[in-house]
Amino acid sequence: MDVLKKVPIKEQDPGVRVRNFDEVCLGYDIDEAVAEATRCIQCKNPKCVKGCPVAIDIPGFIHEIVNKDISKAFQVINKYSALPAICGRVCPQESQCEQVCIRGIKGDPVSIGKLERYVADWARENNIRPEAPSKKNGIKVAIIGSGPAGLTCAREMAELGYDVTIFEALHEPGGVLVYGIPEFRLPKEAVVRPEIENVKAMGVKIETNVIVGKSVTIDELMDEEDFKAVFIGTGAGLPNFMGIPGENANGVFSANEYLTRSNLMKAFDDSYDTPIITGDKLAVVGGGNVAMDAARTAKRLGADVTIVYRRSEAELPARTEEVHHAKEEGIHFQLLTNPKEILVDENGWVKGMRCVRMELGEEDRSGRRRPVEIENSKFILELDTVIMSLGTSPNPLISSTTKGLKSNKYGCIVADEATGVTSREGVFAGGDAVTGAATVILAMGAGKSAAEAMDKYLRDLQK
Amino acid sequence: MTDNHIHTITKKVKLADSIYLMDVKAPRVAAHCYPGQFIILIADEKGERIPLTICDYDREEGTVTIVFQALGGSTKLLAEYEVGEAFRDFTGPLGQRSELVNMASEELSKMKILFVAGGVGTAPVYPQMKWMKENGYDADCIIGARNKELIILEDQMKEYAKNVFITTDDGSYGMKGNVNEAIKHLINEKKQHYDLIVAIGPMIMMKYVCILTKELGIRTIVSMNPIMVDGTGMCGACRLTIGDEIKFACVDGPEFDGHLVNFDEAMKRLSMYKTKEGKQKLREREGDTHHHKGCECHNE
Ligand SMILES: Cc1cc2nc3c(=O)[nH]c(=O)nc-3n(C[C@H](O)[C@H](O)[C@H](O)COP(=O)(O)OP(=O)(O)OC[C@H]3O[C@@H](n4cnc5c(N)ncnc54)[C@H](O)[C@@H]3O)c2cc1C
Ligand SMILES: Cc1cc2nc3c(=O)[nH]c(=O)nc-3n(C[C@H](O)[C@H](O)[C@H](O)COP(=O)(O)OP(=O)(O)OC[C@H]3O[C@@H](n4cnc5c(N)ncnc54)[C@H](O)[C@@H]3O)c2cc1C
Ligand code: SF4
Ligand code: SF4
Ligand code: FES
Repeated sequence: MDVLKKVPIKEQDPGVRVRNFDEVCLGYDIDEAVAEATRCIQCKNPKCVKGCPVAIDIPGFIHEIVNKDISKAFQVINKYSALPAICGRVCPQESQCEQVCIRGIKGDPVSIGKLERYVADWARENNIRPEAPSKKNGIKVAIIGSGPAGLTCAREMAELGYDVTIFEALHEPGGVLVYGIPEFRLPKEAVVRPEIENVKAMGVKIETNVIVGKSVTIDELMDEEDFKAVFIGTGAGLPNFMGIPGENANGVFSANEYLTRSNLMKAFDDSYDTPIITGDKLAVVGGGNVAMDAARTAKRLGADVTIVYRRSEAELPARTEEVHHAKEEGIHFQLLTNPKEILVDENGWVKGMRCVRMELGEEDRSGRRRPVEIENSKFILELDTVIMSLGTSPNPLISSTTKGLKSNKYGCIVADEATGVTSREGVFAGGDAVTGAATVILAMGAGKSAAEAMDKYLRDLQK
Repeated sequence: MTDNHIHTITKKVKLADSIYLMDVKAPRVAAHCYPGQFIILIADEKGERIPLTICDYDREEGTVTIVFQALGGSTKLLAEYEVGEAFRDFTGPLGQRSELVNMASEELSKMKILFVAGGVGTAPVYPQMKWMKENGYDADCIIGARNKELIILEDQMKEYAKNVFITTDDGSYGMKGNVNEAIKHLINEKKQHYDLIVAIGPMIMMKYVCILTKELGIRTIVSMNPIMVDGTGMCGACRLTIGDEIKFACVDGPEFDGHLVNFDEAMKRLSMYKTKEGKQKLREREGDTHHHKGCECHNE
């Protein structure tokens, strides 16, 4: 074995997987995991840990894999993360823990994410569950939103003995993990639900179908229902549109709608009632992870899919792995292309998209080269379905219904990065609701630090 | 399912052919809802999220009343539920309160308001009518439907409205004609004056009412029922063109200034997933409502 190279991971063949919603990546077996684990040189001053927003003791758990004591490896991870099977799958490791792994200087970094996933999957399959805390202090705290930020904050607080209730607007807990990220990257029943069950096993109550700001307000939770502190982890779910003509035509969807229909409402499965429009020729506008997810979902539903993105391949914001998977699955890319108008037929349905070609001009303030239109480069893509994947922003519902809670001009709740402290006493916030759309692990990190600050706040109150 | 609440059906009444009323246990919704808002329910494990207007509520009992027409697959399934059974999920209240509820009382007491209810749209008009009466304001109401059989909640409306005018397309009950003919009749023949019209019913009805009231120069509020998924502002399925802005009906609405709504676009969008049976029924329901024959209104 070449120690400079990762142990390769098994994946479903692209030709097969475009016809199902089963997981693409098949994970390591024990021998592969041990082989990969031995590549870790157990740094004394492990850089990888600093690259992980929840600071998992990476050499610690990898060491246990080498010893083939997977149960112990799980205990190590479990101290830091409530959702390892999820993070192992969806964390952008290449820009976090693995980016700084010493192995990566010469050769491939250690596959930390895939090892984490292996351990978490093994624990689940062997029914190893985190233990509920023995001491309870009876102090009630409310968590709003059950995405990674809320789940993490809830678990941390439960571990400290608090009486924790999560309020979730949708009918299933999990946030983007259940409504956004597709089944073939993150299986819902097999992976997400058991990790949420683990959080519940810590004594956390989850009340679904409660839209805070509508079904109940934060003020009422605190004044009438005796919650002493509140964490807001409501994410950034409001979809943006381009504002071009034809965008309201039949057959134009936001990525959120398309993915919600397929993931949360299970429209890909005929036995569920929620419909979804497949389309024959479909374009996804945008180049992020969400765009890749929408494109790969549509492909599996039977469409011929093209990604339309206004910069070049190098600027695609999606993870390299996702772009690679999308290409393998036969998704076309129209790069340096910008939509100008959606063409509509006489019945109100999409029939095409008028686009222009772009070229990269001067660098803007963020250091990215700004795309500029090439004159006389108009052309038409014939299509029947368009998915807009142009990013999302936080929903204004909470900030508009909570007294004294400040938000900025982007609608993000203003909160201290390190503690989640907001302008309202006893109210903390973190995750996408504060930062705008980011990542699962950053949301978890925010949930964790907010829990620490919340605990301190509540202990000070008792004094 | 929520951990704390089971959404049991406590009452079921068949109001007309394929139109049902149900009271459902939902304490958090009942405690917070106001006229103009709606709920989303999911019947069972595999069901879709179905938006329905809050037709009434009992804060003490913790129940919410819904009225729905069993048209397509999902609404037909709802009709099969009986008292004692429970829906898997029931969430709300969603959307904004009716503009009337937010209006200052001096403003309201000076205003002469006409409600126009079309078919199953009588259900969302009812709580507003009731709210007006309970807060001491008078208002008139037109209920229109294809035929006598489809006139619902008449007695309840009569309890709260100052005057109720019934109109049916085939003349089997009340005046003969569509709601526009009734509006014209009230204004031209009966010399009524209205400052505000609230029209709720099929989109096509609301469209034509708005064309008329624009001519008449009467401000008109409509309640839009586009396709929705989450109902919380997350998917954009419910987007509408209002004037030159895009609005999400589930968070910005469902009520809008009817003279600003792009109804043609909204109607096209609404048909996106229509099933065959749903389409057929809708044609029956809406198809003939808008023939523009001369006014043949009879008096009540
Ligand atoms: C399609 C898609 C793919 C992605 N892929 C990746 C990936 O591969 N890797 C990665 O790291 N990140 C990915 N992300 C980003 C990542 O999922 C988010 O950054 C992360 O989920 C944010 O977590 P959160 O807890 O802040 O919010 P969310 O996950 O958005 O959860 C917020 C929850 O709060 C609920 N809520 C909102 N308002 C209310 C209210 N008023 N009352 C009650 N509940 C409310 C929502 O319903 C939701 O369940 C992806 C995002 C999308 C959309
Ligand atoms: C705010 C609001 C309030 C409403 N209030 C009422 C009410 O009080 N009483 C009543 O009878 N109806 C009401 N509706 C309409 C009702 O939700 C739809 O008629 C119903 O969802 C259609 O289901 P169906 O099985 O009859 O399908 P069909 O009419 O056959 O339609 C086929 C498919 O289209 C989709 N669809 C069509 N309309 C909608 C919609 N509005 N939202 C989501 N999906 C849709 C569904 O996927 C459905 O399965 C309301 C709608 C909204 C948005
Ligand atoms: S949680 Fe994410 S960043 Fe942290 S070790 Fe695991 S894969 Fe790396
Ligand atoms: S930096 Fe890499 S090699 Fe060093 S401990 Fe972390 S994973 Fe192991
Ligand atoms: S229903 Fe999803 S945004 Fe309105």
